[in-house]
Amino acid sequence: MDTAERLDGARLWRMVERMAARVAERRAELTELDQPIGDGDHGINLHRGFQAVLAKREALSGQAPGAILKGVAMTLLSTVGGASGPLYGTFFLRMAAAAGDAPSLDAAGLVRAFEAGLAGVKERGKAEPGDKTMVDAWTPAVAAMRERLAAGGGLAEVLAAGAAAAEAGAQATRPMVARRGRASYLGERSAGHQDPGATSSAIILRAMSEVAAEAPAS
Amino acid sequence: MSAVALLVVSHSRTLAEGVRELAAQMAPGVRIATAAGAVDGGLGVDVVRIAATMEELAEAGGVCVLADIGSSVMGTDAALELVREDLRARVRFADAPLVEGAIAAAVIASTGAGLDAVVAAAEEARGARKRSL
Repeated sequence: MDTAERLDGARLWRMVERMAARVAERRAELTELDQPIGDGDHGINLHRGFQAVLAKREALSGQAPGAILKGVAMTLLSTVGGASGPLYGTFFLRMAAAAGDAPSLDAAGLVRAFEAGLAGVKERGKAEPGDKTMVDAWTPAVAAMRERLAAGGGLAEVLAAGAAAAEAGAQATRPMVARRGRASYLGERSAGHQDPGATSSAIILRAMSEVAAEAPAS
Repeated sequence: MSAVALLVVSHSRTLAEGVRELAAQMAPGVRIATAAGAVDGGLGVDVVRIAATMEELAEAGGVCVLADIGSSVMGTDAALELVREDLRARVRFADAPLVEGAIAAAVIASTGAGLDAVVAAAEEARGARKRSL
């Protein structure tokens, strides 16, 4: 297998840096989405979390994928504060467990890690597809990645398919009535707003996909 | 002496401190700790600190955890996943209203009851009507 088709720690760390950059760029948009239906701090919270992750560059950037994912998880668990802390923290923690201590992941290994992450988020948030949560981005994303993998897709293709599906999934939350979190208190009034957590999930997966499409750093 | 401690998890330090103050007044001698507020001191949850407090209390015995709403409950569940395996069985989440649950749990803990009984007392508070208390 082509080494470019494996995700090692150095490449994963570049993906993490890209996530932080994209979240920083779009934090105002995420917070705006969170204002009508959430507590209006999703962009701020997630940005604070990813900035704290970046501050751990020295400790994390040279590690294997599993250790990087665990470091991201622990940092988000400590610093994000809102509901997205336990949810993204659990997501990355389960990904880390699936990645184990392998020095690199192939596309199949990465998809297995995403599957574990999605299962963790569903368990933690007790949410199912259609509840207007990040599960509505990750469920179609994981399905699309699995499908692209089965069709022989490599890392970049798998992540591109996942990112596109997550973006469509996030957009599809707009008409949904929220059944979890603060937005669920609003009932029907939560319809007409895109879910911030599904949106940030799509941003995170798109960031990974961007880096996977670039030539690996030498 | 009572071996079961209480842990109050909340988005708000002020709220957690108030619950602690109230429950402690009803049940002297019971250890009641809080893990509340975000890492920057604002409203929110710090899962790593919740887990560290759980471990610290569990070293001494059973821990009955009470939480306010939403992210505090998810944060408690996420923290349980981080707690050292040998201590995890000593930490239990009580699915109970925070104020009534904390008082009921503290009072029962002050009698020297075990973790099951303390958690059960907190959870029984779930259906309590204010007027019939």
